[in-house]
Amino acid sequence: MDNALALLERHGSESRIIAGGHSLLPMMKLRLARPEVLIDINDLGDLSYVRRDGDELCLGAMARHRDLLNSHEAGTLFPILHDAERVIADPIVRNRGTVGGSICQADPSEDLSAVFAALRATAVIGSSKGTRKVAMDDFHIGPYSTAVGPAEMLLEVRIPVQHGSGSAYEKVERRAGDWAIAAAGAALRVEGGSVSYAGIGLAAVGAEHFRCARAEASLLGQRASEESFSEAARLVSESVNPVADQRGPEDYKRHLAGELTLRALRRAAARAEGQGG
Amino acid sequence: MQVTMTVNGNEVTATIEPRLLLVHFIRDHLLLRGTHWGCDTSNCGTCVLWMDGEPVKSCTVLAAMANGREIRTVEDLERGGVLDPVQQGFIEEHGLQCGFCTPGMMMTARWLLDHNPDPSEEEIREAISGQICRCTGYKNIVSAIRWAAEHPSTTEVNA
Ligand SMILES: Cc1cc2nc3c(=O)[nH]c(=O)nc-3n(C[C@H](O)[C@H](O)[C@H](O)COP(=O)(O)OP(=O)(O)OC[C@H]3O[C@@H](n4cnc5c(N)ncnc54)[C@H](O)[C@@H]3O)c2cc1C
Ligand code: FES
Ligand code: FES
Repeated sequence: MDNALALLERHGSESRIIAGGHSLLPMMKLRLARPEVLIDINDLGDLSYVRRDGDELCLGAMARHRDLLNSHEAGTLFPILHDAERVIADPIVRNRGTVGGSICQADPSEDLSAVFAALRATAVIGSSKGTRKVAMDDFHIGPYSTAVGPAEMLLEVRIPVQHGSGSAYEKVERRAGDWAIAAAGAALRVEGGSVSYAGIGLAAVGAEHFRCARAEASLLGQRASEESFSEAARLVSESVNPVADQRGPEDYKRHLAGELTLRALRRAAARAEGQGG
Repeated sequence: MQVTMTVNGNEVTATIEPRLLLVHFIRDHLLLRGTHWGCDTSNCGTCVLWMDGEPVKSCTVLAAMANGREIRTVEDLERGGVLDPVQQGFIEEHGLQCGFCTPGMMMTARWLLDHNPDPSEEEIREAISGQICRCTGYKNIVSAIRWAAEHPSTTEVNA
């Protein structure tokens, strides 16, 4: 680790970390990335954990998609993680792609970015000078751009565990293993019949910071009901900024964002109820 | 740069360009042409081989990243003139037509059966969902893998 951080400091923006390489190598093939130096961090096995630490679930930057999917604890605490992982790429890509690579790539369609936004995760970033914590909202600066500086690397993602909460992820894709046309994740905590926490994460639809603050706010203090969910879904449709591309026209994606939010909220609420919250 | 790795049980050392992809190292340097190269975009899966015991798409791994690791390719399925049940299954069930996708399919199938000896059709379809076959319509590939599951030992094949 010290070696990797020293190399980063020495080579700065000439260099790029390579984790699974399943986003960076395709970018290099397209000449969209032309790093002079690649720093391979696949030997940093001590960054590949998925484990609970007090009231947080911690995912090492080198945890592969497969590790998340294989973690019973992760799936039990946050069903949204397994919902999403089952539809991220395909099993062979999931053997390589990492948590760190996913969110550092900061592709607007990255599913884990939407999931972590809904769960209000925190990124831990390290450099030879020490570590710092950054909330997800501040982590993603824009498409393909994050708060990780040239001499820094992402070390882990921490997700706060909330008792009595439920979560779910819904994605529509053109074919198995493809990126989302649109996707929505929801995390809810319901106390005494009313919503005390709401997170709505969105991928591929141009949502600021991968979430919809308006829709989240609309749910707080409301009953977890079809009415409040429909209103939140409506706000999502209204707020997102999808662009038309080969995956579909703008109005279709807008519609999907709302509909998938509604479905994710329903399932998250059912799961929260199952938790007895 | 120099790399050393174990390929099908043999240690190999070579001097390569840092930009070389693992699939090209295997095919063009080691002349193991069983591993195919198709889309080059990690979509088709014909380049699947095992790295440290796990199937990976070798068009999206640098040869340099395989330094010190263990590689297994389709050439290693047959041992001492005896076909792996997966290979036999592809023959029995007509699991290939042009054969382009076959090496990747078989490497994934072998891994699946090692970890789940009796997979359902759904589990098989999920396992090969990152791989494309333009000939068979997948049905016979699934049957071939099921055949291998039902005939796990080569002795049984010969019986
Ligand atoms: C065929 C295919 C289909 C896919 N489908 C989906 C999908 O449906 N949904 C989805 O969300 N994703 C999808 N992906 C993307 C896949 O999830 C990502 O490739 C992968 O998670 C990125 O991780 P990686 O480890 O491969 O990153 P890399 O390619 O190694 O790195 C990506 C970027 O992150 C940087 N980086 C990596 N690790 C760190 C670190 N620890 N600190 C700082 N910077 C770092 C690298 O420098 C690079 O800029 C798909 C990929 C492929 C090839
Ligand atoms: S050539 Fe590697 S996935 Fe197609
Ligand atoms: S047999 Fe031709 S692509 Fe599969």
